[in-house]
Amino acid sequence: MGTFHQGKSELHGITVVVETAAGDVYVGRCEDEDARAVVLLDADMHRPTDEMSREDYLQRAYRFGVWNRFPRLELERAEVTAIRQLGELAT
Amino acid sequence: MYSPLMVQPMREELSSIGFQELRTAEDVEAFMADKSGSALLVVNSVCGCAAGQARPGVRAALAADIKPDRLATVFAGQDAEATARVRGYFADIPPSSPSMALFNQGELVYFVPRHRIENRSAEQVAEDLTQAFARELAATAP
Repeated sequence: MGTFHQGKSELHGITVVVETAAGDVYVGRCEDEDARAVVLLDADMHRPTDEMSREDYLQRAYRFGVWNRFPRLELERAEVTAIRQLGELAT
Repeated sequence: MYSPLMVQPMREELSSIGFQELRTAEDVEAFMADKSGSALLVVNSVCGCAAGQARPGVRAALAADIKPDRLATVFAGQDAEATARVRGYFADIPPSSPSMALFNQGELVYFVPRHRIENRSAEQVAEDLTQAFARELAATAP
């Protein structure tokens, strides 16, 4: 049974961790990405000033997923320093 | 919402291997009321980004010696009431689909969220589940 999302980027439908130059980390389902932007659906974010450490946040996200704080987020590509799949994070 | 006609084969991939389909909140309550033994509950879904590997992965995992006593499934995006009721049994975990919840004696002992199925092969999904069955159910397996 195949997907139903032709014409999107390779990461379409995949839950990703997006790191930004400001130190913020976003976790969400990648809708699309190109040279201009990364679009996430059902996303959550972690800021360096949050009480929970970045490592603990990502560990929890890996184990259980994230809550949908942002139904749709568009991140400027120039601000993005890394994208990786949440499911591939080392535990 | 996808056509029920299109979704039917995806339902049958699980119902044909012994999964009880929970279509209503009452179905869910009745299934969850039995806390004896172990149970695997699969939140099925259409999206092939993950569900396409989830269903054959589950099928392969159930060939293991140690496996859950009871099997049930709800279909996210189709059976909304049943899906919401099921998620109430692991309400502190963010909703995702497909996903899988393993219960032993009525207690949630293992959970596989969608992102740990995405881009993995059915064999990898099966291995993950088989290990969880052995780890979590061995002590109470008949």
